[in-house]
Amino acid sequence: MSTTKKFTYINRKAPYGSVYALESLEVVLIGAAFEQEVQLVFVDDGVYQLTKGQETDGIGMKNFSKTYAALGDYDVNQIYVCEQSLADRGLTLDDLQALTYEDEDDDWAEKSSMNLVNREQLSDLISDADVLLNF
Amino acid sequence: MALEVNGKSYEVDEEGYLANLNEWDADVAAALAASDDAELTESHWEVINFLREYYEEYQIAPAVRVLTKAIGKRLGKDKGNSKYLYELFPYGPAKQACKYAGLPKPTGCV
Repeated sequence: MSTTKKFTYINRKAPYGSVYALESLEVVLIGAAFEQEVQLVFVDDGVYQLTKGQETDGIGMKNFSKTYAALGDYDVNQIYVCEQSLADRGLTLDDLQALTYEDEDDDWAEKSSMNLVNREQLSDLISDADVLLNF
Repeated sequence: MALEVNGKSYEVDEEGYLANLNEWDADVAAALAASDDAELTESHWEVINFLREYYEEYQIAPAVRVLTKAIGKRLGKDKGNSKYLYELFPYGPAKQACKYAGLPKPTGCV
């Protein structure tokens, strides 16, 4: 009865200029309840969604960047960030939140969810997905 | 809709969730519980306080599966199971406890 599908979410846009980033995050959190395999990809301006030290008081929006740190609790621990997109924006992995999860099968050891990928690995991720959602 | 507590009026949505989470305090929590004919004990407060802290840190109310796991880790295995949490919050631990904690209805609540 139960079939697990690989859900891959591609996040392409900056966090606050449009509603895409927040909508994507909410769908991911809701979808996590169905215990499917979930992968998040951050590419193009989407890499800004994970930057540290976001401050939204000036634009009157909720700072939802803190919520990404809860993804590990939802068993969403496969986060892929496009290397080239970071480099194009003068960013490195150190500018992003270090998202982690606790591995239930390894005495709850804290492990990193973050993976840096190149264009080739990205296209493999996309072709391996059963369900692809673009935001 | 509005909820009256100690002569002050608080806005709530059609399901009774507090509109502004900054207005929440212990008296409001008790009044929200009273509107469901529930009374808050020390055990309820453990869960409610946990939810407030979780929201403060992550800006979301956790889904019930996440809540159960986290409570187990924080308060011990005898409390981190759905039986215990459903006994405390028979309308659904995440939904009902979040309501008394003054939080929005949890994301992923289906």
